[in-house]
Amino acid sequence: MTISLEPTACLLAAAIVLALSGVPGVLLNRPLFGQRLAALGAVVASLLGETAVIALLAGTPGITYQLDWPLPFGPAILSVDQLSTIFLFPLFLVTGCASVYSLSYWPGGKQAGAGKLTFFLGLFAAAMVVVVMARNGVLFLMAWEVMALAAYFLLTTEQQSSEVQRVGTVYLIATHTGTMALFVMFSLLRGTVGSFAFPVAHSLSQTLPYATVIIVTALVGFGGKAGLMPLHFWLPGAHANAPSHVSAMMSGLMLKMGVYGILRTLSFFCGLPAWLGWLVLLLGTWSAVNGIALATGQRDLKRLLACSSIENVGIIFIGIGLGLVGLQTQTPYLVVCGFSGAFIHIVNHGVFKSLLFLGSGALIHGTGTREIDRMGGLARRMPATSLLFLVGSLAICGLPPLNGFVGELFLYVGAITDGISAPLPVAALVAPVLALVGGLAVITFVKLYGIIFLGAPRSDGARHGHEAGAWMTGPMALLAAGCLAAGMVPPLLVGLVTPAVASYSGMEAGAIARVTGSVPFVPLAIVNGGLVVLALGIGVVYLRRLRRFLPAESTTWGCGYLEPTPRMQYTGTSFSELVVNLLGALVAPLRRRPGTAGVFLRSGVRFDYEVTETVLDRVLTPAFHGVGLAFSCLRKLQHGQLHIYMLYIFAVLFVLMLWTH
Amino acid sequence: MTDIIIHCTVALLIPPLLLGVIGKTKAAFAGRVGAPYLQPYYDLIKLFRKGSVFSETTTWVFRAGPVVTLAATLVAALLVPLGRHAAPFSFSGDLVLFAYLFGLARFFTTIAALDTGSSFEGMGAAREVTFSCLAEPTLFFALITLARMSKSLSLSGILTYPTPAAWLAAGASMLLLVGALFITLLAENCRLPFDDPNTHLELTMIHEVMVLDHSGPAFGIILYGAALKLFVLGAIFINVALPISTGNSLGDWGIFILAMLGLAVAIGVVESVMARLRLVRIPQLLVGATILSAFAMLLVLR
Amino acid sequence: MSSFADQLLVLVMLINLVMLGTSRLVFSIRAVAAQGVILGILPGLIHPFSGHLAGITAGIILAKGIVIPYLITDAVRKVQIRREVEPFLGYISTLLLGAVFTALAFVFAEKLPLAPEHKDLLFVPASIATLLTGFLILTTRRKAISQVIGYLVMENGIFVFGLLLTEAMPVMVEAGALLDLLVGIFVMGIVINHISREFSSIDTSRLRTLKEE
Repeated sequence: MTISLEPTACLLAAAIVLALSGVPGVLLNRPLFGQRLAALGAVVASLLGETAVIALLAGTPGITYQLDWPLPFGPAILSVDQLSTIFLFPLFLVTGCASVYSLSYWPGGKQAGAGKLTFFLGLFAAAMVVVVMARNGVLFLMAWEVMALAAYFLLTTEQQSSEVQRVGTVYLIATHTGTMALFVMFSLLRGTVGSFAFPVAHSLSQTLPYATVIIVTALVGFGGKAGLMPLHFWLPGAHANAPSHVSAMMSGLMLKMGVYGILRTLSFFCGLPAWLGWLVLLLGTWSAVNGIALATGQRDLKRLLACSSIENVGIIFIGIGLGLVGLQTQTPYLVVCGFSGAFIHIVNHGVFKSLLFLGSGALIHGTGTREIDRMGGLARRMPATSLLFLVGSLAICGLPPLNGFVGELFLYVGAITDGISAPLPVAALVAPVLALVGGLAVITFVKLYGIIFLGAPRSDGARHGHEAGAWMTGPMALLAAGCLAAGMVPPLLVGLVTPAVASYSGMEAGAIARVTGSVPFVPLAIVNGGLVVLALGIGVVYLRRLRRFLPAESTTWGCGYLEPTPRMQYTGTSFSELVVNLLGALVAPLRRRPGTAGVFLRSGVRFDYEVTETVLDRVLTPAFHGVGLAFSCLRKLQHGQLHIYMLYIFAVLFVLMLWTH
Repeated sequence: MTDIIIHCTVALLIPPLLLGVIGKTKAAFAGRVGAPYLQPYYDLIKLFRKGSVFSETTTWVFRAGPVVTLAATLVAALLVPLGRHAAPFSFSGDLVLFAYLFGLARFFTTIAALDTGSSFEGMGAAREVTFSCLAEPTLFFALITLARMSKSLSLSGILTYPTPAAWLAAGASMLLLVGALFITLLAENCRLPFDDPNTHLELTMIHEVMVLDHSGPAFGIILYGAALKLFVLGAIFINVALPISTGNSLGDWGIFILAMLGLAVAIGVVESVMARLRLVRIPQLLVGATILSAFAMLLVLR
Repeated sequence: MSSFADQLLVLVMLINLVMLGTSRLVFSIRAVAAQGVILGILPGLIHPFSGHLAGITAGIILAKGIVIPYLITDAVRKVQIRREVEPFLGYISTLLLGAVFTALAFVFAEKLPLAPEHKDLLFVPASIATLLTGFLILTTRRKAISQVIGYLVMENGIFVFGLLLTEAMPVMVEAGALLDLLVGIFVMGIVINHISREFSSIDTSRLRTLKEE
């Protein structure tokens, strides 16, 4: 290789390749060929990007590029640092996988809109790379807008559906409201620093006149993009209705851009207000608990996954909150455990959530439905997808021996250490909350996996479901292998994030190593290995016994009932009904009962039961509706009768005359 | 080294005996002779020698369920200190791993139940995950409280801490913890008043209904795994509730085994004198247990 | 002795939570009676023994532990209600709220400018927690009898506070006991009033008129 491995240049090259990867598909008349070219480009870009990330982790510093463009906002500055790496690593991994996956999931020539989809997919990924590298406010906002708009065009691929149009509009309004907050933030920052270039880390004092406003607008603007409660309302609909590999990228990667924005903004300040850490912790807790509560009750496969993204973002913010509280109170264990946990979870969630979304795409591809309650028995028809989906489900529940556990372990250790040594251990309450969230996640994903893949098929679609092709299962297998490897060898993940933690917290490597020493990731690797060996051992013994006596086949024991049908099975809705009722205060389940005539139901009635989106359905929509009604009164003024318009003019003139005197 | 060998032997051999003792106690209350103490061992041996019947709807998940559950429980058993002796495998932060191993076990038990497609087993699975989810925060509150008292992050450090002196110093919170842990023990192991292991109506069961379709060696593995789980959680309870140490290693083992048998008798008594709670009351009791352990933490903080 | 008093106060707070979690009226009444008995024992633990004290203890136990509970149980039996059927707020929610209030009581007690000898004892937080519990029962339960129990719990909270503040113990505690009786009787007046208003539909005389039709 004669190309020098300069990380920034590599990353820029990768971004350019990604951005242009979809162009041939749009220009050429051969959509499938164009798509293949794009996938090839994306894979090359991913390899290039991952090489750069590894070089950065190995200690090669990234050069800062300064481009003097003709725009009056100062030079465009591009650079990478340790904080960028934890976002870039999953970004390139998932982008490569999603592009290859799309070859079979949304093949050009067979599915409408493939050219557009491929083009915006590349642009979307490239914009995210630039967002992470931009060191100038205007460049950042430009990349941010390209990312947001590309995401809009991606999610409205199936634009004929009215549902897609609706969620697209909600997404557009939400993302632009957030961008508005970011405009305020960057303008104030410019006013404070004097240029649009990002200030040097830890260079701003928190006592600056606009410091609080900058921090709050950053929380609003970036928090909305990250899906932090209560600004999450656009998220479930948007992620559910996009094509699945796009959902994977939106959920696994784009949400993290919001997290990145907050982290980057906070890094400008030296010393942060005391309330900030607690506020972030509180918002994170709320998002985690409420997000998983919403997810538990969902009937739509992808909506469920989207709601669980809110939960995972909540967990990330719990970690960041712990870290900020630690920075404020000068407690190293909170800083290291909080930030490490958050950063590890950023990487983990990018990988396993993408795996699950790609899996959901395979399911939709195979069965033609998104409704959990219409699936069933797919483990027999889609064995590969079923196994990979199981890995993703276990990982997202944070169960050992998979990677989800590693991030949560850091948060638990931070919280419990706080419980041991802090005089008033409020942060220790994170541990029971995480335990509750973990328990709810197990309910959610047992439901998801069990109802979809196990039992008997509940509909024709599920009965004739077919396995996805190797182009789809291949990328999923790569992601699943990543989950397993990172879970079995936790030091990999710890090594990935430690440089970022060091640069972000400004602590020495020795101090960090002392704290991470109390997090048992090496014994964890041994226990995980032991667990797998033990399970395999018991399994082998069990299979031998089975072979000894040939097992008989029969129907499932129906407790005395002789003719069970698949429709009698427990559905996902009934599975989660118990817990949804317990959590009624958080998720507000909506029941529409049919009326009865005597003891019988009237004909043609149906029973509806769904978990509603509290913020959107109960607050925002009625509020906007109310505003609309209020303004509709004004419409009476506008009726087309000329003489009354003249009257208005006279009336206004009269009022003005009176006012001036 | 001796302690490790004894630990493994005790953890592997004693669990079914607990079931036998519980059964005998209940029989005594009912005025029957009851099955012999060693009956669970006979049952296990018999089950391992039997053939299996599998439902046509089941897949490899159904076969993997009991195996993974047992493996996870066995690893958990290695992390818990028994009778004032440090566990064979102990490191700082192992309490989180301990709790999550049970999560893994639960995940596999419940998906194996869902694999049969039976509505009864689905119902049992739904109840199992819901109630365990509510019991989880209790365990963490209790462990944090004990961790704060013992200034230790490992289960061995935490659970060998309660001594008579510690009890005298913080009697109220220790009592609250014992209460909360006992409720959790009963709930996690699906004993009365949460679930009746001997009921004959599938609609009312939790754990037993989930394993209706397992037969032969698989059912043996499940029975043994359940007994082991009772043993492990019981050992945690005994460590907190019985702060006695003789100073003699073998003496401690003797006391521990006696205490475990005593606990089995206590569970038998509870099962004989109490009725099963209505399903809607169970969350209430579990939340109550959480509040007890949170209250214990509050008292320790003062 | 004061550490034993602390354990009893923990018990008082636990009884608060029990009352928030149960739906059975008779059980709540027993719980409040038990709380009364504990409160009767408490003065004896923190003050030196005297004949006067014994009398007071006996008086309080009699009033709070036996007479008042008996009167309410009697009322329950007359109106034939056994459960609080539809509280305004569910049991789990009230239980959790009660736990939060108890925690807040501890935080609040830390902030109060108390005499140093009272700082370490549980009296103040227990008193505030009991007061808040009574308040919670009063506001969330529908039935008149539950409300009476709420009043009693609130009164118990005030009594705990009174135990701590008085230097001239005997006179004040005696007055407290008398006040208890007064409140008890007063409360019963309210009970009867409420009951006649709320439960007129299950009045036995009404039932008889139904039968005649």
